[in-house]
Amino acid sequence: MSDVAEQATSPMGPGRTDLGPSERVYRRDDTSAVLRLSEAEAAVLAGSPDDPPTGDIADQRMILNMGPSHPSTHGVLRLMLEMEGEAILRSKPVIGYLHTGMEKTAEDLTYLQGPTNVTRMDYAAPLFSELAFSMAVEQLLGVEVPPRATWIRMLMCELNRVSSHLLFQATNGMDLGAVSMMIYGWREREEVLRFFEEVTGLRMNHNYIRPGGVAADLHDGWQADVRRLLELIPPRLDEYDKLLTGQPIFRGRLQGVGVITPAEALALSATGPILRSTGYAWDLRRDQPYLAYDEVEFDVIVGTHGDSFDRYAIRQNEIRESLRIVEQILDLMPAGDYRVQDKKVTPPPRARIDESMEALIHHFKIFTEGFHVPQGETYAAVESPRGELGCYLVSDGGPKPYRMHIRGPSFVNLQTLPHLMEGGLIADGVAVISSVDPIMGEVDR
Amino acid sequence: MTDPAEGGADLEPSSPDDTTAEPAGPTAWGVPVTEAFGQMVLHPPVDRWFETVAACRDDGYVMAIDLTAVDYSAHPGRTDLPEGVRPERFEVVASLLSHATGGRVRLRTQVPESDPEVASLFDLYPGTEAMEREAWDLLGVSFSGHPDHTRILMPEDWEGHPLRRDVSMGRIPVQFRDAPPAR
Repeated sequence: MSDVAEQATSPMGPGRTDLGPSERVYRRDDTSAVLRLSEAEAAVLAGSPDDPPTGDIADQRMILNMGPSHPSTHGVLRLMLEMEGEAILRSKPVIGYLHTGMEKTAEDLTYLQGPTNVTRMDYAAPLFSELAFSMAVEQLLGVEVPPRATWIRMLMCELNRVSSHLLFQATNGMDLGAVSMMIYGWREREEVLRFFEEVTGLRMNHNYIRPGGVAADLHDGWQADVRRLLELIPPRLDEYDKLLTGQPIFRGRLQGVGVITPAEALALSATGPILRSTGYAWDLRRDQPYLAYDEVEFDVIVGTHGDSFDRYAIRQNEIRESLRIVEQILDLMPAGDYRVQDKKVTPPPRARIDESMEALIHHFKIFTEGFHVPQGETYAAVESPRGELGCYLVSDGGPKPYRMHIRGPSFVNLQTLPHLMEGGLIADGVAVISSVDPIMGEVDR
Repeated sequence: MTDPAEGGADLEPSSPDDTTAEPAGPTAWGVPVTEAFGQMVLHPPVDRWFETVAACRDDGYVMAIDLTAVDYSAHPGRTDLPEGVRPERFEVVASLLSHATGGRVRLRTQVPESDPEVASLFDLYPGTEAMEREAWDLLGVSFSGHPDHTRILMPEDWEGHPLRRDVSMGRIPVQFRDAPPAR
């Protein structure tokens, strides 16, 4: 028990001296925006809900817990906030509520089963995880993907970028109280997902891009379906502009909120729209072209101020750029194989199994043991809607990855949250989380 | 991919206890360098981890894109390490990115099981904070000088490091309703 004198000088006022390392919170001697407290320490400082602070101490700095179950935390993100009144001082994102050990699971799945696992990471843009994984496997295997497969991958990924950004528009609107936008964004996204369902059989978690190519060729009449999307979505984007972009309340909620500088973004390894919102033009599609991005024309959209509004506007315009790429793909799509004709990697067509003993053997080997991948390690990166999505793959020569690590852009970008929210209001915090657009499945993996 | 320090001409006179003072093969920034699928891979010893990354940063590698660790205890034997680099159980892997040249460099350092500790890169690249916490959480490689050396994905009171190869894959027994009891 502490004595009376200590109680009187306690920064939290009398009666609350049992708070352990309270000086760490109340003395802001470091200039960091990150609240580096363990969960246990924060729980003690936050106090029990049955015993809320009253009187003078209620006006002082407090630790507030936000999430993990909160409508505007995009899943199960939890934030520990150090508040002074309505203002956020320091904060710390607490993650792991959706951790299912997918990197461990990957060590027990063959390379052909791998995409089923990684596709569940970023569930709003599942094709990008499949693509990064497949590209890493293909590098280790040394196989060259046929041109049609490359272009199908590009088509699907750009449409996936559209659907992912539409999801952002929907949730961003919802977080800011523009509930009609939520319905509109979801409506348009569903149109894109309908095309995905036609091609891959599933709306999400496609397992479509696989090592060696894609799972199936595009269906007959896919051009008409894509053209329909190209006609449908741009007018709707103009509607969003009318509804949101020029609207004073919406701009007031976003402009100047959650500002980040290029130096901060680089130091924090932030990529994607967060980095580009600062005016720093870095897009892997243009700067380190993979697939066939060097054969299509598109602009890299950058912002100026690095605030939440720029991140909104960048995503809005990236939808337009992606549709521009899709339009070019319609004309440039080559004919040919949609997967590599390497019997050791690609399962034979169903009809061949009845005719050929070798086809049956290959089919059996690929689906039971899996194909062996030469020893080595590699890193493949793609530009996902959220930033650089990388796959670090180590093979020991066996049919399963020795180690698979996904560099999730959401996971890394989440580190910018404390810096974006520092000094802002808690209501702006919601706008900031939304503008970072984290997908918790990828954060926690 | 440009290599400003090709040939090891600027090799620092190293301390006498440095066992890999004279790498046999090609070097960059004074450490052995190999190539994997067109990507430059550096192999700094663990005690020169921080200074090698710092030298890369000074040469324009502005971003630490990725940092992770690998447990090689179940690996049948690696062939991609250069001469003079002794394989150890753990390996910390960092990917750096230079925006000026568009080049990437990957650094792999061997970390012994007896002392799994590496210098934190937080002072060079604050963005590695979460990545190092993840590597500590899942593989048990600790990072000295890290400002917040806590678990990130697993619960705080979790024991062990699940991505180590001696931790088995979790299983949930499947129980079917109305199934006859196991005989």
